[in-house]
Amino acid sequence: MPTFKVFRYNPKTGDQAYFQSYQLPEIKGMTVLEGLYYILENIDPTLAFRSSCRQGVCGSCAMHIGEKYRLACETQIVDIGNTVTIRPLAHMKIIRDLVVDLDPFFAQYEKIKPYLIPSGEPPTREFKQSPAQRAKIDFHVDCILCACCYGSCPVVATDEKYLGPHALLKALRYVDDSRDGATYERLAYLASDFGVFRCHTIFNCQQVCPKDLDPTGAIGKLKMKALWAKFTGKLRKTG
Amino acid sequence: MFYDVIIVGGGLAGMRAAIAAHDAGAKVGLISKIHPVRSHSGAAQGGINAALANHPQGKDDTPERHAYDTIKGSDFLADQDAVEIMTSAAPGIIFEFEHWGCPFSRFEDGSIAQRPFGGAGFPRTCYGADRTGLYLLHTLFEQVVKRKIDVLYERFVTKLAVKGGRCAGVIVMNLHSGEFQAIGGNAVIFATGGSGRVYSVNTTNAHASTGLGVVIPYWAGVPLEDMEFIQFHPTGLDGSSILMTEGCRGEGGYLINNKGERFMKNYVSEKIMELAPRDITARAMQTEINEGRGFEDRYLHLDLRHLGAKKIMERLPGIREICLNFKSIDPIKDPIPVHPAMHYTMGGIECDKDGMTRVDGFYAAGECACVSVHGANRLGGNSLLDTVVFGARCGRHAADRVKKMSQTVDTDTLDSALKEEKERYQRLCSSSGKENPYTIKNELSQVMMDKFGIFRNETDMKKGLDEIKILKERFNHIRAIPDTGKFNYDFLWVTEIAGNIEAGLCIATGALARAESRGSHFRIDFSKRNDEQWLKHSLFTYAPDAPQLTYKAVTMGKYKPEERKY
Repeated sequence: MPTFKVFRYNPKTGDQAYFQSYQLPEIKGMTVLEGLYYILENIDPTLAFRSSCRQGVCGSCAMHIGEKYRLACETQIVDIGNTVTIRPLAHMKIIRDLVVDLDPFFAQYEKIKPYLIPSGEPPTREFKQSPAQRAKIDFHVDCILCACCYGSCPVVATDEKYLGPHALLKALRYVDDSRDGATYERLAYLASDFGVFRCHTIFNCQQVCPKDLDPTGAIGKLKMKALWAKFTGKLRKTG
Repeated sequence: MFYDVIIVGGGLAGMRAAIAAHDAGAKVGLISKIHPVRSHSGAAQGGINAALANHPQGKDDTPERHAYDTIKGSDFLADQDAVEIMTSAAPGIIFEFEHWGCPFSRFEDGSIAQRPFGGAGFPRTCYGADRTGLYLLHTLFEQVVKRKIDVLYERFVTKLAVKGGRCAGVIVMNLHSGEFQAIGGNAVIFATGGSGRVYSVNTTNAHASTGLGVVIPYWAGVPLEDMEFIQFHPTGLDGSSILMTEGCRGEGGYLINNKGERFMKNYVSEKIMELAPRDITARAMQTEINEGRGFEDRYLHLDLRHLGAKKIMERLPGIREICLNFKSIDPIKDPIPVHPAMHYTMGGIECDKDGMTRVDGFYAAGECACVSVHGANRLGGNSLLDTVVFGARCGRHAADRVKKMSQTVDTDTLDSALKEEKERYQRLCSSSGKENPYTIKNELSQVMMDKFGIFRNETDMKKGLDEIKILKERFNHIRAIPDTGKFNYDFLWVTEIAGNIEAGLCIATGALARAESRGSHFRIDFSKRNDEQWLKHSLFTYAPDAPQLTYKAVTMGKYKPEERKY
């Protein structure tokens, strides 16, 4: 019988945070998220956790499970072991139990202008983009904004103004998009005090990403692009 | 708090409506019980239809042909004027997405790639690998960010404030604070998505997709339409029912029974095979399983192996990832075990082509709405299109309408609705009942699967309807909800179960009454379509015991009903 040790905190009761243990039935193929639902439905309706799609695409159920940040929905209990310790994502304020305050996470994301800025008027039909040009953004567009990378990043932990791996990965997606016309404006911002050069290349974000994306690599590429733009005199600070 | 236009739901329909209303000059508030990027639209995989004529075999495609395929696919229950609006708006709305940066897959010439989908005369489904919904969803969120539209996320709407046939706003529980709030608006648009979790033991839908989205307006006096039409997707992953996109078959995947046969040849022409519409394919699959040609009496094989590693990695990477994570199989080397799973609600909130309902100021768009463009059976690739075409129309219409009005806050109506909700919460928290609400939820989904599934008959449905009524009564005696303050998910889920029960009652009542087979509604005791008596939409009006059922005419056009042959 697997045991879940779940982080609990409710400011309403005024209690300190603590870990609560729950015994679950042994069900073949049961995921950690299904385990949490089992607790909610059968043992303890006061347990709070986010979830939605249960198929690894919405990013709601990102949490710290057995030594790693990951999605509860696609994690099999047997892969963790008989005792499953579950904590909320780190570096964000804990609101209740496994629910953290994601406002700073989304605020940082919004700062990089996460939308296409074409240089001219769009054509009447689609912008032409070759399969090779499309392939350049293949992996960056698969980010689901689950915040596993953000919760695992030591720089985020110490610098609340750091844009974070999720926002920087997204930024490369636009820098590398053949349809975007704001490359140097973007690079100027990304090279600022809280951007790519704050990254210490610790690789946590890459190791935890449930989509196997590479924010560390993306940040490395942005560093090189920003430096090259600086040396060639193309980097202009804009508003 | 007051907005010109309040939008409830942050998926494709909701965000597209918000952008349209904002661009038309309205002050917009987008309310969602989850963050918009968590919406179930993001789980859509295969693609979005538009007659772009980009595919070499689709040069002759037109919006008219798209309209005909949609109407035929709907088994002639769709309103033809609405379908024509959708298919003619499709190319423009796809180009707009592309201009906003949506990462569609591409053909060699740089144009948007298209793939074949079930029931379509041409390959017209635009896609981004097998993550089309995710890309569209994120693209819309990016445009919401760009416009700095107010996004009130993790606000759980529990009630419409309606008085004298006019909507004054919504009551929400702000999960972040644990408090109820009234939010006033001159127009309210519901874009809350589908009700798949009514069938929660076997659905492709997210936990968040419950019946409450259609039931909140139903409780407030807005009729629901065509609720008996429930789409079963042919290929849900065995066990979890996670969607294996129709794109798998669009790319050339086979369905195989335990004799190793591509059995679809016994049901449709050899030209169509696995690309028959979903209702026909799902019935064929269930027949194979029922007649002993399934594996473990439960599933069939979706075989992609002959497509080769390169194509699978390039076009269906998400499918491979899900198979590896959830089933420990690799579709490059192994066939995928699949069975039909509840997928889509063709019915929903009755509304017109601009999303307007019978309650003044209240609109609906997306899967929760019934415009109706899908009739008795939706074609794959048309749901994403529906959400964005009608989301945009609805947002624009609502904004134009409220601009002509003075900003009036109906404080009395909002206050009394807020008071009712606070009292209801207190009642739930102090209940002395003993029933576990989640047991009721699970029993409901079992009844829906067993009695209102792919094959239906009068005896079972009568029994099923009685069982749902008993569950509704038992729900009056549930245990107390713990008042935990912030993020009271127990309150949220339990309230949603009440929505599932009401939506289930409508589905059951409509299905039992409709004595014919049309699209997804198949009755073994009335196996033929009956246009003379049943070429009409069902309408469900709330009454405490059971829904009141009436009917209205289907809007016909140039396409005359004919037998569906594929």
